[in-house]
Amino acid sequence: MNHVSIYVLNQDSAYDFYVNKLGFKVHTDASMGPGMRWLTVCPPEQPDLEIALMAITAGMMFTKETAEQMRNLVTKGTFGFGVFECNDIYATYEELKSKGVEFTKAPKEEFYGIEALLKDDSGNWFSLGQKK
Amino acid sequence: MENYPKIYLYRRIVQAKLFIDKNFADPIDLNNISEEAYFSKFHFIRQFRKIYGKTPHQYLKVVRIEKAMELLRTDLPISDTCYAVGFESLSSFSGLFKRIVGLSPSEFQQQQLQIKAEILKSPLKFIPGCFAEKKGWTKKEQF
Repeated sequence: MNHVSIYVLNQDSAYDFYVNKLGFKVHTDASMGPGMRWLTVCPPEQPDLEIALMAITAGMMFTKETAEQMRNLVTKGTFGFGVFECNDIYATYEELKSKGVEFTKAPKEEFYGIEALLKDDSGNWFSLGQKK
Repeated sequence: MENYPKIYLYRRIVQAKLFIDKNFADPIDLNNISEEAYFSKFHFIRQFRKIYGKTPHQYLKVVRIEKAMELLRTDLPISDTCYAVGFESLSSFSGLFKRIVGLSPSEFQQQQLQIKAEILKSPLKFIPGCFAEKKGWTKKEQF
């Protein structure tokens, strides 16, 4: 897989979260006209995996009603878009916390590894794990 | 109150790492950082390497090169980039840049500026067709 999508409420704010807080690298940032932007980022060690930070706007993908429904669902934290893995979860946890990232679960040992849960600036949640 | 093994050790090492992230362009004395973290220099280097896979000195070099890559993408002259990220010698900077990135600073800058120009001129080359179509971008004449 080389592209995945994460629906975000605001691409500027999402840029700040994924790039400045999580430390992801910008892959492509293209203006496609007024109010339209193709923005993809990559995890630092996966330069070929593009994560598209998708705006939720009425147009060809969403009607006005479905865009509003989608925005509500994202705001409520409905979606868990994936799992991040790190080398040292406690160091990563302390660093992300100090940068203002919200964790809904602090690192905890589970039978499969150590896991924490975090939210992005839109409300999407992710698992952050370190294998045992 | 949170508690996990070695919580205070982690906090001190992470703070040192964040200090390097913030002050990479200054002449950082790693002895000072280890003292601020209440470690002996040897212990500090060992703990840092255990967590980050690099010594603080190696990490500082990588941070400087990564910041240099960001600046070179903005068309900043190479010599200005070199000094802006904390190097004192253009030849040291260029040599280390090539070792880490695989291209010389000027080769890298040329490559990145070409990509940037291409994105501006033909953005659809960088967007999977299905997404471009769903968003209505394939119908726009300017692309």
